[in-house]
Amino acid sequence: MEWETVIGLEIHAQLSTVSKIFSGAATAYGAAPNTQACVVDLAMPGVLPVMNKGAVERAVKFGLAIGARVNPESVFARKNYFYPDLPKGYQISQFELPIVEKGEIVIQVGDKEKVVGITRAHLEEDAGKSLHEDFHGKTGVDLNRASTPLLEIVSEPDMRGSDEAVAYAKTIHSLVQYLEICDGNMQEGSFRCDANVSVRHKGTEKYGTRCEIKNLNSFRFLERAIEYEVVRQIDILESGGSITQETRLYDSDKDETRAMRSKEEAFDYRYFPDPDLLPMKLSAEMIAEIQKTLPELPDAKRARYVQQFGLSRYDAGVLTATKAMAFYFEAVMQIVGASNAKTAANWVMGDLAAVLKRDSLEITQSPVTSEQLAGLVLRIADNTISNKIGKDVFEAMWAGEGDTDAIIEKKGLKQITDTGAIEAIVDEVLAANPKSIEEFRAGKDRALNALVGQVMKGSKGKANPQQVTDLLKKKLAG
Amino acid sequence: MINNSLKQLSAALAAKKISSRELTQSYLDRIAQLNPTLNAFITLDAEKTLGQADAADRLIAAGKTGPLTGIPIAQKDIFCAKGWRTTCGSKMLANFTAPYDAQVIEHFDAAGAVNLGKTNMDEFAMGSSNETSHFGPVKNPWDVQAVPGGSSGGSAAAVAARLCAAATGTDTGGSIRQPAALTGITGIKPTYGVVSRFGMIAFASSLDQGGPMAKSAEDCALLLNTMAGFDTRDSTSLDRPLEDYTRSLAQPLAGLKIGLPKEYFAEGLASDVALAVQAAIAEYKKLGAQIVDISLPNTQLSIPVYYVLAPAEASSNLSRYDGVRYGYRAPEYHDLSDMYKKTRAQGFGAEVKRRILIGTYVLSAGYYDAYYLKAQKLRRLIAQDFTEAFKKCDVIMGPTSPTTAFNLGEKSDDPVSMYLSDIYTIAVNLAGLPGMSIPVGFGANGRPVGLQIVGNYFAEAKMLNVAHQYQLATDWHARMPSGI
Repeated sequence: MEWETVIGLEIHAQLSTVSKIFSGAATAYGAAPNTQACVVDLAMPGVLPVMNKGAVERAVKFGLAIGARVNPESVFARKNYFYPDLPKGYQISQFELPIVEKGEIVIQVGDKEKVVGITRAHLEEDAGKSLHEDFHGKTGVDLNRASTPLLEIVSEPDMRGSDEAVAYAKTIHSLVQYLEICDGNMQEGSFRCDANVSVRHKGTEKYGTRCEIKNLNSFRFLERAIEYEVVRQIDILESGGSITQETRLYDSDKDETRAMRSKEEAFDYRYFPDPDLLPMKLSAEMIAEIQKTLPELPDAKRARYVQQFGLSRYDAGVLTATKAMAFYFEAVMQIVGASNAKTAANWVMGDLAAVLKRDSLEITQSPVTSEQLAGLVLRIADNTISNKIGKDVFEAMWAGEGDTDAIIEKKGLKQITDTGAIEAIVDEVLAANPKSIEEFRAGKDRALNALVGQVMKGSKGKANPQQVTDLLKKKLAG
Repeated sequence: MINNSLKQLSAALAAKKISSRELTQSYLDRIAQLNPTLNAFITLDAEKTLGQADAADRLIAAGKTGPLTGIPIAQKDIFCAKGWRTTCGSKMLANFTAPYDAQVIEHFDAAGAVNLGKTNMDEFAMGSSNETSHFGPVKNPWDVQAVPGGSSGGSAAAVAARLCAAATGTDTGGSIRQPAALTGITGIKPTYGVVSRFGMIAFASSLDQGGPMAKSAEDCALLLNTMAGFDTRDSTSLDRPLEDYTRSLAQPLAGLKIGLPKEYFAEGLASDVALAVQAAIAEYKKLGAQIVDISLPNTQLSIPVYYVLAPAEASSNLSRYDGVRYGYRAPEYHDLSDMYKKTRAQGFGAEVKRRILIGTYVLSAGYYDAYYLKAQKLRRLIAQDFTEAFKKCDVIMGPTSPTTAFNLGEKSDDPVSMYLSDIYTIAVNLAGLPGMSIPVGFGANGRPVGLQIVGNYFAEAKMLNVAHQYQLATDWHARMPSGI
């Protein structure tokens, strides 16, 4: 009897507005505690919430990007519970009528594609932070984060494994950054995942009892938490027990999930429409205006790269993973042209990505600009240098030694394409390696590679490898 | 001077017959004399008050005066005033100093008015007798054995006893109109959304409205001019062009159609109140009005609907009083849960706790549909009654309260009986309509009787006109309690 894992994700994306969702206080990260909480955030007597237009626009943008219905009328509701980091004793959220409903997104899992449904996305305010460890025996409450705008994105329980869950989370993470509605900074808590995990026997319709694992703030933790939880649940069920529906936390030190100390006493939030906020009405014009501001989305970009540049779906996927990389790549392509797409792609995905990682830099901080990289690609394309020499040029550019042409000139790296010059070296090598000639003629193709290697060595790597190979073959053929 | 209208006071100040400081000091002296008996004020601060009076005198000297410049106004202790203790009648906020001004306070400051002090009120505006205040009950100046009504009992008593030139109140189910009726003064609750709720401590968000309480409709109109206005900080505030609420005062009433709901003259109405109200109606006929019989069939539903919706909203609005950030916190507790429980058990009075419990119940899973949702649907029907009625008449009239002021302690053991005294006023809040009360005589025990005037949405100027014309022809509003 095979087990099937069923996963739904709830993602809280902090929207990149300058001020809070219901007040004018700042949302900037890292301020001293309780310096960015105004009277409204502190729930002083007599204060009232006022909607932040930027938060609404960002939510609409997201809805349009996932092909969802943007509700022309949506309602804010109070979710009532007591906790010190929730100043009003209720969170303003959306319950029955959210701003966005019924969208979907395509995820890439390995080399397969899958459509994941998105049930809804709604606006709500974040709570403050409770610091349990910093104050001997007490808890400190920092309300800077209170009332920061969140977009809660709820998926259908369509995922069937941690790989799919991670792929989905990464896709949404990439999308919200593409849309510039969220900075995606998981360490700062701008993007948080809750995973709802259950198991059932394969083939059954009914869902098993699920547990919610909260506040996973890295893809690695998301993956590990799900893996652990699935095993935990299967163990319980196989030994005849049943799953208690509960909220759990992932402990990254012990690599396990455990039941959360119950934060809210009651599970009944007594939702009701917030009488301080009118039902929010969005005009068709407003939605159309926002539609116009949508950038080319990752999916469309991917398809275009395949179509226009002849790249594989995989390569297109890597290049469009972040908006910054896509931007860089497209800038290179502008200069080098479609015929050089594969070369350009390899350089961006390969060498450039590797040194960025090595030096812990974002692509926007790359010392090699897209113009410079384009220059390199062109010099490889026109045979001025080989790809191998190109790597040396690249390292020199990275170190700030100038553009491609300047480096080639300075270091004398120009490829030798003069047939006569190559032939001279070929003749030398053939004369010095009679054994390899014999082996080749005896059918060992590897011997040719050895000879090519010798010629390349003799030319200090500068001979055009293709010409060398062709010339050797010609000469060996007799 | 204590019986002067706002216009007269303003003229006297402009003519330098009296300074604002002198005028203010005279009220402060009168308060010192009478407040120990009446308990109309919770907080006084002579230094701050006289400081404002001096500032007003400087404006007057510079010729920069408006209708309220230098005029001492009592503020219901539900309005946050920066630097002032603001208690909302509760132990929870007994030591709370507001860090900001309500819009209403800002407007009065901008008008050069003087904040005379914070008036007593039922705790968190929940009550109809001003007996639930943590700071002790307010006495009715007409009879100190009697309640002044609530929740704006302190403001009502202050106006009736001439302890201020005028006052502010708030009205969620009748809390301006009913105390106005019981103390023989004039008060108006405007259309929902006309006066900003920013800084007005919330009881029931969809019902609360601030409004003036004064000796006459004309004075109320001048106050409303200052109190009203769009506020971006209140999402339920209405963005409409500013009105001059005094503009229609002088219009004659010939042809005015007055609707009398049969439900307002049925069982439960005390006969002495009925008599005074009928006499007032007769006076209106003399002024040229026509009487139209109308029906508001869902009147009886308004009490249960209100006592589901208002507590529901209150139960959520009052969650912030948890001892964490400001206000009362229990002195001893052993963990968070204990702190919450003790703070709220100790900090809130019985009526507030009762309403929080009711509100929590009607919102809870399994009961929401039957109570809260049902009440919201019925609310719509109640509003529709008025829409229908206003097709047949210009204003609706009736008694404000079924009885004159009852005695202190008479109803405080029977909450439902207390709730029933709001029967004529509550539907007006549920519909969001403007309503006012004017004094029209006295009952059997010499206690005042009030007439309620209900207008259609945004008909305040018309209603004030209707009240003012009556006040030109009669003098009930000019009467003052004897012995004070």
